[in-house]
Amino acid sequence: MNDLTPPTREERSAKLKGLGTSRKRVEDARFTQGKGNYVDDIKLPGMLHGDFVRSPYGHARIKSVNIDAAMALPGVIAVLQAKDLEPLSLHWMPTLAGDKQMVLADGKVLFQGQEVAFVVAEDRYIAADAVELVEVEYEELPVVVDPFKALAPDAPVLREDLEAGADGAHGPRRHHNHIFLWEEGDKAATEQVIDSAEVVAEEMICYQRVHPCPLETCGSVASMDKVNGKLTLYGTFQAPHVVRTVASLLSGIEEHNIRVVSPDIGGGFGNKVGVYPGYVCSIVASIVTGRPVKFIEDRMDNLMTTAFARDYWMKGRISATKDGKITALHAHVTADHGAFDACADPTKFPAGFFHICTGSYDIPVAYCGVDGVYTNKAPGGVAYRCSFRVTEAAYFIERMIEVLAMELNMDAAELRRINFIKKDQFPYHSALGWEYDSGDYHTAWDKALEAVDYAGLRKEQAARVEAFKRGETRKLLGIGLCHFTEIVGAGPVKNCDILGMGMFDSCEIRIHPTGSAIARLGTISQGQGHATTFAQILATEIGIPADSITIEEGDTDTAPYGLGTYGSRSTPVAGAATAMAGRKIRAKAQMIAAYLLEVHDDDVEFDVDRFVVKGAPERFKTMAEIAYASYNQAIPGVEPGLEAVSYYDPPNMTYPFGAYVCVMEIDVDTGTHEVRQFYALDDCGTRINPMVIEGQVHGGLTEALAIAMGQEIAYDEMGNVKTGTLMDFFLPTAVETPHYTTDFTETPSPHHPIGAKGVGESPNVGGVPAFSNAVHDAFRAFGLRQSNMPHDHWRIWKIANDLGLHD
Amino acid sequence: MIPAAFEYHRPSDVAGALSLLSTHGDDARVLAGGHSLIPMMKLRMASVEHLVDLQDVAELKGISVADGHVTLGAMVTQHSLIESAELAEAAPIVREAALQIADPQVRYMGTVGGNVANGDPGNDMPGLMQCLDARFTLQGPNGSREVAARAYYEAAYFTARADDEILTQISFAVPVGGYAYEKQKRKVGDYATAACGVVLAKEGALCTSASVAMTNLADVPVWSEAAGAALVGTDCGPEAVKTAVAAAVADIDPAEDNRGPVAFKRHVAGIIIGRAISRAWSRA
Ligand SMILES: Cc1cc2nc3c(=O)[nH]c(=O)nc-3n(C[C@H](O)[C@H](O)[C@H](O)COP(=O)(O)OP(=O)(O)OC[C@H]3O[C@@H](n4cnc5c(N)ncnc54)[C@H](O)[C@@H]3O)c2cc1C
Repeated sequence: MNDLTPPTREERSAKLKGLGTSRKRVEDARFTQGKGNYVDDIKLPGMLHGDFVRSPYGHARIKSVNIDAAMALPGVIAVLQAKDLEPLSLHWMPTLAGDKQMVLADGKVLFQGQEVAFVVAEDRYIAADAVELVEVEYEELPVVVDPFKALAPDAPVLREDLEAGADGAHGPRRHHNHIFLWEEGDKAATEQVIDSAEVVAEEMICYQRVHPCPLETCGSVASMDKVNGKLTLYGTFQAPHVVRTVASLLSGIEEHNIRVVSPDIGGGFGNKVGVYPGYVCSIVASIVTGRPVKFIEDRMDNLMTTAFARDYWMKGRISATKDGKITALHAHVTADHGAFDACADPTKFPAGFFHICTGSYDIPVAYCGVDGVYTNKAPGGVAYRCSFRVTEAAYFIERMIEVLAMELNMDAAELRRINFIKKDQFPYHSALGWEYDSGDYHTAWDKALEAVDYAGLRKEQAARVEAFKRGETRKLLGIGLCHFTEIVGAGPVKNCDILGMGMFDSCEIRIHPTGSAIARLGTISQGQGHATTFAQILATEIGIPADSITIEEGDTDTAPYGLGTYGSRSTPVAGAATAMAGRKIRAKAQMIAAYLLEVHDDDVEFDVDRFVVKGAPERFKTMAEIAYASYNQAIPGVEPGLEAVSYYDPPNMTYPFGAYVCVMEIDVDTGTHEVRQFYALDDCGTRINPMVIEGQVHGGLTEALAIAMGQEIAYDEMGNVKTGTLMDFFLPTAVETPHYTTDFTETPSPHHPIGAKGVGESPNVGGVPAFSNAVHDAFRAFGLRQSNMPHDHWRIWKIANDLGLHD
Repeated sequence: MIPAAFEYHRPSDVAGALSLLSTHGDDARVLAGGHSLIPMMKLRMASVEHLVDLQDVAELKGISVADGHVTLGAMVTQHSLIESAELAEAAPIVREAALQIADPQVRYMGTVGGNVANGDPGNDMPGLMQCLDARFTLQGPNGSREVAARAYYEAAYFTARADDEILTQISFAVPVGGYAYEKQKRKVGDYATAACGVVLAKEGALCTSASVAMTNLADVPVWSEAAGAALVGTDCGPEAVKTAVAAAVADIDPAEDNRGPVAFKRHVAGIIIGRAISRAWSRA
């Protein structure tokens, strides 16, 4: 072969490393060498350090605060209290959920670890010493950590700031600790069907309080430049642009004078969506002192005070015909929101997208109602690796299906199969108001069951139960099934907003003269690999190699406005914006190419990395040539340069789905388990980078394992957090992590420009029910219907004990 | 998670360390691997004004096996316990137990002396040393003395060691027969839900001696004399194991914590003890 042989179409295409390529992650070179730049790596001249005095009590009145000893410590610059923030109206702040939250304790504390005072000192060590010297006198108040007890008529009043009987942000409140009742669906019709159904299964299912626990905790560095009036705020923000807007509204500083930067982020998983007192205090402290102020949480701060997830008590009733056709679903949730309603949901959805709880099934009529409740626990309620309450919904329906299968004495895989929404029903309108874009559940399900030899597994399980009963083994075998449907990519501006900001997203592209490019997005990667995959989308759209495209996010001074990264929205929304901006580039490139080739615009067509004259492929202009031309010559009727920007308002959500099977061995005496096999089939529509998808699936499944098998933020009756360190809060290591087999089907989204649906959260949404169902399934032969997570050793032991298996 | 300020000392011999301890009295503490002490200081549950680091004290290092005796310097790391071929040969149970402590990072730093001296009921080495009937050498301002591991622990974090003494070495007779250290934990890096060390000797078909000790099942390690006695003279068959387990479980007093309630711990302890005995017997 000689050098002059022109590359084939395939070779040109491979060079782009575009859609479908397992391109290595460009971020990893710096992350694996310790060269990332995280917020705690930011060190500004004269920077001060903040630390919090926190409440040791779950509920108490503050009688007095004495800061004299702390202020006397050399190196202490300030100790801020609520009364210092009050003149700025910053002692309380609005939450994303329409409630308000204390920045610093205003007269009382409502959860253990609540921020009481903010110490600012020359270094981190002095700040920590000064925290010890602040004397706070508390008067303990009765504590309520159980959301059902919180609604008792004589329960202590937690939120004295709320006017009795007044409506909340989401309508009437029927009790002093009640936040909202949010309803969807047809209650009367649902109840009518259930009341006269042939078979009804009823269960109370708890999804325990957990925590996203990113490796990097939350933090910020605020720097107020009093000379030019500009505030720069670095921080662990999953939504930097929203933070800028909120910071402007709160502080009164004009938005153009605020620059928010999210540097590298070491995992978010929803924990870094909200605005926390630490951010506000670092800003105020910087304004007050005129020096940069850094606040970095330690692990206990993070676990005990920043946003938790779940804490949903889900009461379900599901009805079916005798042969297993589901006729109705009724769900009622008691949602423990903690001391302030600081859920991070689109504003109009106080229970997120919980009404995706009809799952993958064609259920004719349904109702769901969610009661939000205040308790003496930390605020939060974020979407921990899921789209707003979708994990809760998926866990709920996938447990209800299992319970119904028991009630019907039917195989749970078969029950699912006969109730799946059929391929030809898409777009499918669910009873709770969603329009599912696309799916092919039967194909995925059959593929999964065949891959694991489901029939063989059931035979082995039956034999195991017999052997167990004969006393030949103390181990049981569980087969955990799950078919989940997610709803991600929030979302259409017509119904999705955060504090009034529509949930579109954006991409701005600049092609440089020599044919490389930079694209900036309104999202921000926290480990998902945006710099890798968004470049791939663009490579395919504009014919410039992914390796020649820089992706930049997170600096509000340079990136276009976007709503950030959470809820698997980056690919469905910003990914779409990227493709659309790319198409604008391509449209302009077409005009330039036609001019250069001296033909009419319509006579050229795009071919991988170039425009060719139709019917004469030897006559072409590459994108690099076109880029150069756009800068170096006057083209009649065309502006110089090659840039585009797109703001994308998605017409609908996307609905990724998947079929998971978990095979688990359980030791009934010790409560220990071993995951023998885990098969995960994901359908996320068009696959941008299979390797990145696999990485996301592995990570999400491991977090699912953590949640199902051990993770919990537990409180005692006094409101003390019992799981405030990683000794007790379960974070699996490589040793606890099983082997995963990944697989896929590919059903593109019909409304997304490239058909992609998002995948980062699917494995957590589908994984939790798969692991949990495996535990339940192991004991199904002995009559277990429901046992709440986490399925740690003692709780599995207790299942066996309660079933009399130790006698 | 930031400790209060402290003075740091780094003596090069035991005499130097002891003199620092007598000078600063209650305000001083020795630092070995730091993997129990430093977390306590960071949580501000321990405040130490003078930290006396033993890292440079050469005489506290080294493993020796001679005349049927194993001697471990206090500053031998848990990692060294695993690496030593000599020790693996003489007392493989030490390696088996050390491998179940925490994770490699902790074991590179954590020492055997710190582990036994600390008095944390969660530590694995105290139970193991009771199982092996080890003796601890304590050196103080007035010379040195020996204390049996089985007599060293008084209550959680309270031991027979006086504040001005340093634990310098641990010694025990090379164990004979079968052995096992069995441990249930929630994850790598966790302390035991229940753990049990067993050494036993066999002649013909019968057990001639047995020692059973347990970890994290009371506020001190528990050596169950009765459990050992229940095995001697038996074939360690199911009935004998059952009797021994019942005896051992009668000696423990576990507390409820995040690992589970008392009934669970007693049950799991029984299973773990039974497994340890059976495995030790299979190796005898
Ligand atoms: C995450 C984690 C998990 C762990 N899991 C386990 C586990 O599963 N099993 C287990 O056994 N341990 C576990 N540990 C504890 C670990 O093994 C410690 O290293 C050990 O308990 C203490 O040894 P050290 O050398 O680090 O002692 P240090 O922390 O330095 O000292 C501990 C205490 O002993 C005193 N001390 C130390 N050496 C002497 C001496 N020579 N004479 C007198 N006093 C002395 C110190 O003053 C201090 O009070 C864990 C630790 C961590 C951080």
